Amino acid sequence: MKSYDVVVIGGGPAGLAAAISAKQNGASVLLVEREARLGGILKQCIHDGFGLVRFKEKLSGPEYAERFTELFEEEKIDSLTLTFVTRIEKEKDGFRVVLVNRNGVEAVFTKALVLATGCRERTAKQVMIHGTRPSGVFTAGTAQHFTNLLGVMPAKKCVILGSGDIGLIMARRLTLEGAEVLGVYEAKSTPSGLTRNIHQCLNDYNIPLHLSHTVTRVFGEDRLTAVEISRVDERMTPIEGTETIIECDALILSVGLIPENELAEALSVKLDPRTKGPAVNGQLMTSIDGIFSCGNALHVNDLVDYVSESGEIAGKNAALYCKAQRKEIDISISDKLLYAVPQKLDLNKDNSKTTLYFRSRDVLNGCTFTIKKDGEPVFSKKYAFLRPPEMENLLIDFSSMSLNENSKIELDIEVKNNA
Amino acid sequence: MRELVCIVCPRGCSLTIEGEGEGISVSGNFCKKGKDFAVSEMTEPKRTICTTVKTAYPQCPVLPVKVSADIPKDKIFEVMAEINKITVNKKIARGDAVIENVLGLNVDVIATSSMLLKLD
Repeated sequence: MKSYDVVVIGGGPAGLAAAISAKQNGASVLLVEREARLGGILKQCIHDGFGLVRFKEKLSGPEYAERFTELFEEEKIDSLTLTFVTRIEKEKDGFRVVLVNRNGVEAVFTKALVLATGCRERTAKQVMIHGTRPSGVFTAGTAQHFTNLLGVMPAKKCVILGSGDIGLIMARRLTLEGAEVLGVYEAKSTPSGLTRNIHQCLNDYNIPLHLSHTVTRVFGEDRLTAVEISRVDERMTPIEGTETIIECDALILSVGLIPENELAEALSVKLDPRTKGPAVNGQLMTSIDGIFSCGNALHVNDLVDYVSESGEIAGKNAALYCKAQRKEIDISISDKLLYAVPQKLDLNKDNSKTTLYFRSRDVLNGCTFTIKKDGEPVFSKKYAFLRPPEMENLLIDFSSMSLNENSKIELDIEVKNNA
Repeated sequence: MRELVCIVCPRGCSLTIEGEGEGISVSGNFCKKGKDFAVSEMTEPKRTICTTVKTAYPQCPVLPVKVSADIPKDKIFEVMAEINKITVNKKIARGDAVIENVLGLNVDVIATSSMLLKLD
């Protein structure tokens, strides 16, 4: 089973930043992504406005994502795409992550986990829309996927429910591509999206925004044919007698995002009911030691710049967490020694001035004490004699020996003349 | 007096514009970009376009593009029509022009992704 310091789940902006920052802080890192390409939802967010805080530039989603994927590639970080995490098991010193991809099922071991699983869109079922189940009811993200990645128009004449930013951006996008957007309906009395998006996405294209209105029913057998709109009161309850029917072939929903935390929940990570993401400390570590959370899985962010920032914090602290953990190798002894102290070395610590105590098993004359690394002597000292009652001590610089977790350290005494 | 919302950044300042022509005064802006935006809106409003262009590659049927600088707002649909005539059949990189000097506006239509370079 392959072993890593940090496994990052999710290859969007949070996961990319986390992986890069964990690697730069000395961790061995694997990033797991379920899609074929890294970049997450930014791949389909072709509009601009990303990176103003971080880069002081107005980038499109793909441009912002590619700045990170290129850095990720330069860092030569291991990644698995088209790979899905099916299960994570807590083990003694870390986690066993079970993955499935085209090669079948495999597992990797990791000391720390960064959950960068993003968020999901609320669906029609979650906002209580009644009626038939025709095709043509999409979340804004799905409509965006069709339009911007597949090059397929999801609507000719549509209604948008919800004034979240993705809905506003899709209103403009579909209009640019020749669809008719009949209106954006919002149950609340104020818009959910940014004011600039109301202006540049709706007002610029004369798309009406109807506040305190919602969709109460959908019509159509195979394909959507119409929706029923109702006015709502201040408690967002539809007012009887205010229903109007609007003919359209698509209903696009932009009614909120929810952090995606199925893996976290399966691991019993404590969630905050307010953010719907894990409760974390300042290092973005969750209630379970070694599990970190970042990006929209932690809480829904307004700007991607902050998603990247939280990824960097989580990745760095996951790497530091691993360093704070023990990474021990054994100091073994040959049968010429009675014992040696210490018995282990923690490679995550400074071992440049390690005091080594030992006793020989028998009385030995004219002998050489040696420290072998993978069978090769890396230190030796001659003694006229060694006797079990007399403890020897040496100050040894183990840090200069380029040790790793696979190194074998053995202490031995070679005897020229055991007369 | 006219009221506008600045669309330059997510802050979305509410701008108040008084006077006309040379003598206009702008208030409510957090930074200088707000004033520049207000002046532009009062004279020749400009916008960007971010859209996609068809490609000849089935694994990647559309490529995201944008205009290299803002264009007059009333040219948006004309530029869209030009972009929709094109099919990209070369593996171009981010920043490469898909259309140079579109409609003589001294603005290029450029790719915003290098995804085609990663195709097999």
